[in-house]
Amino acid sequence: MQVQNYETSVKCFHCGDDCGKHPVRKMGKNFCCDGCRMVYEILNQNGLCDYYSISQNPGLSRKIKVRENKFAFLDEEAIAQPLISFKDATQTHVTFYLPQMHCSSCLWLLENLHRLDEGIITSKINFAKKEATVIFNHNVTSLRKVAELLTSIGYEPYISLKNLSERKTFVDKSKTYKLGIAGFCFANIMMLSFPDYFGLSSNEQQLQFVFRTISIILSLPVFFYSATEFYNSAWKSLKHGFLNIDAPIVLAIFVTFIRSLYEIFSGTGSGYLDSMSGIVFFMLVGRVLQNKTYEQLSFERDFTAYFPIAVTRITKQNEEEPIALPAIQLNDTLLIHNEELIPADGIITRGKSLIDYSFVTGESVPIQKEIGEIVYAGGKQVGGNIEILVIKEVSQSYLTGLWNKDELKKDKQYNEKSFVHLLSRYFTWMVLSVSFIAGIYWFNHDAAVMWNAVTAVLIVACPCALLLSNTFTNGNVLRVLSRNQFYLRNAQTIEELASANVIVFDKTGTLTNGNYPDIFFDGQPLSNDLKIKIGALARQSAHPMSRAIANWAGEGNHLQVNTFKEVSGFGIEGLVEDDFIALGSLAYITSSKTILHNFETAVYVSLQGKLLGRFTFQNHYRNNLEGLINKLKNKYQLIVLSGDNEGERNNLTKLMGNEADIRFHQMPEDKLHFIKRLQQQGKKVIMIGDGLNDAGALKQADAGIAITEDTNNFTPASDAILEAGSLTLLYTFIRLCKANKRIVLAAFIISILYNFIGIYFAVTGALSPMIAAILMPCSSISIVLITFGFTNFSAWRMKLK
Amino acid sequence: MSVLILLLIASITIAAIFLVAFLWSVKSGQYDDEVSPPMRMLFDDATPKEKEASPPKIPAASGISVLTNKIKIHQP
Repeated sequence: MQVQNYETSVKCFHCGDDCGKHPVRKMGKNFCCDGCRMVYEILNQNGLCDYYSISQNPGLSRKIKVRENKFAFLDEEAIAQPLISFKDATQTHVTFYLPQMHCSSCLWLLENLHRLDEGIITSKINFAKKEATVIFNHNVTSLRKVAELLTSIGYEPYISLKNLSERKTFVDKSKTYKLGIAGFCFANIMMLSFPDYFGLSSNEQQLQFVFRTISIILSLPVFFYSATEFYNSAWKSLKHGFLNIDAPIVLAIFVTFIRSLYEIFSGTGSGYLDSMSGIVFFMLVGRVLQNKTYEQLSFERDFTAYFPIAVTRITKQNEEEPIALPAIQLNDTLLIHNEELIPADGIITRGKSLIDYSFVTGESVPIQKEIGEIVYAGGKQVGGNIEILVIKEVSQSYLTGLWNKDELKKDKQYNEKSFVHLLSRYFTWMVLSVSFIAGIYWFNHDAAVMWNAVTAVLIVACPCALLLSNTFTNGNVLRVLSRNQFYLRNAQTIEELASANVIVFDKTGTLTNGNYPDIFFDGQPLSNDLKIKIGALARQSAHPMSRAIANWAGEGNHLQVNTFKEVSGFGIEGLVEDDFIALGSLAYITSSKTILHNFETAVYVSLQGKLLGRFTFQNHYRNNLEGLINKLKNKYQLIVLSGDNEGERNNLTKLMGNEADIRFHQMPEDKLHFIKRLQQQGKKVIMIGDGLNDAGALKQADAGIAITEDTNNFTPASDAILEAGSLTLLYTFIRLCKANKRIVLAAFIISILYNFIGIYFAVTGALSPMIAAILMPCSSISIVLITFGFTNFSAWRMKLK
Repeated sequence: MSVLILLLIASITIAAIFLVAFLWSVKSGQYDDEVSPPMRMLFDDATPKEKEASPPKIPAASGISVLTNKIKIHQP
């Protein structure tokens, strides 16, 4: 895209956008458009101009106007009902998702909504989730009015079909409770154990009894509550006939607890309650760190998050009424406005339709459809309003059907795949045999020591060190990656990324930057004057190609276009200051009947009926892609699956290298099956895509990465979300994921050294609680230090943030 | 010796109070949103104009909107 350079660059007071040559002026302030000016006026009238003093140009551009009765559907009780979280005689509580929220000014303004509308009682913002919870008096105002108020000040609530089915997201805080309780009990039991370790004189027996009793009491919540985290997971894995890492840990916890109780009640010792609660505490810390979630991101979005909650239906009496999506029936007539998504498959009955399917198929150029043609759900209407006759209900449409495929429904089996479980199994067998041998040895020599030795081995050598090193390393790698705008859904994804050997890319929106095509003009050189005239003509049309040309031509607002004519699907023509200019397909321009099969997307231009040349459009590839591809080329099989036409084949081959497998015209389903076939060949696949058309493939792949321009945008369900700016770092990310496994192993080996010392004491039957109490925190803390040190060092060496 | 036991009970009680405080803070959602509260505390409870309009106003207890704060502002 050609960058326009204005001589004077005036910034919009509201949104900070360039105002161009003709800023809208009001009260000594410049605005880029009337939308921004109106927001300023509303705020100014209500004394809310502090909004502008908290951060600079806090607003968002309001150039795109919101349709007037867009929120009319909120007046319908049935549609509004699922959005409302609480309602009584006077109050209604509702939570809106406001994706535009981005700075402290937004927070301030949105919490002062009551000053804009009498009926609003309070509003509270959750910035991390970009949600506003508004409590209003529905006798004074209405849900629709609140939504319209939010829209009028630039925060249009995003209401999608998903809101209909959404259950209140329940945040599981039990891990944090368990952690808190384990920490409390651990510290106190530790404190109470010290006197025992340092020795109590014989006249202090009573004190010892008190200490031990309190220790037991404090250990109960750890054993019966905090450690349930591990019981549950171990039990679940056993039920599936699989021995995961938690199983031997549970065994160790049980053995430690029972032996401690036995020692204390029989008066033979002070038990290992401090070590037990300590290890539970440390392991919970690791789990909590590893499972930290990114609240602002959702890895679970399906098509419902993209679909509107309601559309406009035209009744038999020719009246417009809002209707909830699931209520749409066959043979309903729907009115689809500009920029609205088509919710159900249908036949166009009225209006000029230009449908952007990039969302569903990845096709970058919108398709012209005539009256009588079928349009599929998921396409976005660009331009004027159209009417469609529904031929398939929402739940039956092509897109929905794709989504409801059985293979996409089942979740991947996580947890069970990690190498850690495998390692822990070997380790467990080793520990069991060591304790068995020690048991046999002592049975023959001194039977009294036997149980002591056997249990001590189990206590000392539980694979908690492995679990700790795994969770802490994973947690830290996830943190490092998220600092670099690469957000993983969970720790398992690290391993999937590390072990992959095929990388599949989508083209539109992933390798290319969807919004800004490069334009080339070949033909007679154009004078600047003519260029502006062509731009002025192109500006009259809503077709994306015309818009791109208008953008390329630059300024031209002041030129008058007469006798403008647009022939859908062919081209436009008009009289720009006495010059008759036409833009369009070759057939349109030359009035010839020959249809040329040219994959390249081109628009021809003529002046006074004489052909001047043509514009060609080329996808704009993301910057610095070559560097990334060159690094990946040697190590991975690279594949491109594009829903678009072959026009880009040459450019793609140049970029991806000759070995790369590049396929075009791939429907969403093709992509899914393609990945499945790769997996059947034993390949481990990373899929990188952006739109709903990649959703199936993203889910099928071993690691699906959704790419997004900025994390506020919607991404389809995936294992990871990557900000487009960090795509070039992909190779480094994968290397860090590979380092992850090495770090886990290194930390584990070091912790095994501690285990050897412990096992030495254990098999000789001399493991005192004090030695256990020293070894346990030492090994835990050194694991934490090693994992943090190593991951940060690797990240630093790979030049990551 | 009994003093030691008393002290022990006292120390555990205090620690338990902190534990309860922690659990309560988690339950009440204080850790749910770590972004807005730090921003919110920096805002004045009312804008200067509002302060002029009602000089002896009771300081609003919290940064979150207060019901009684609804004062009409007359613009010139």
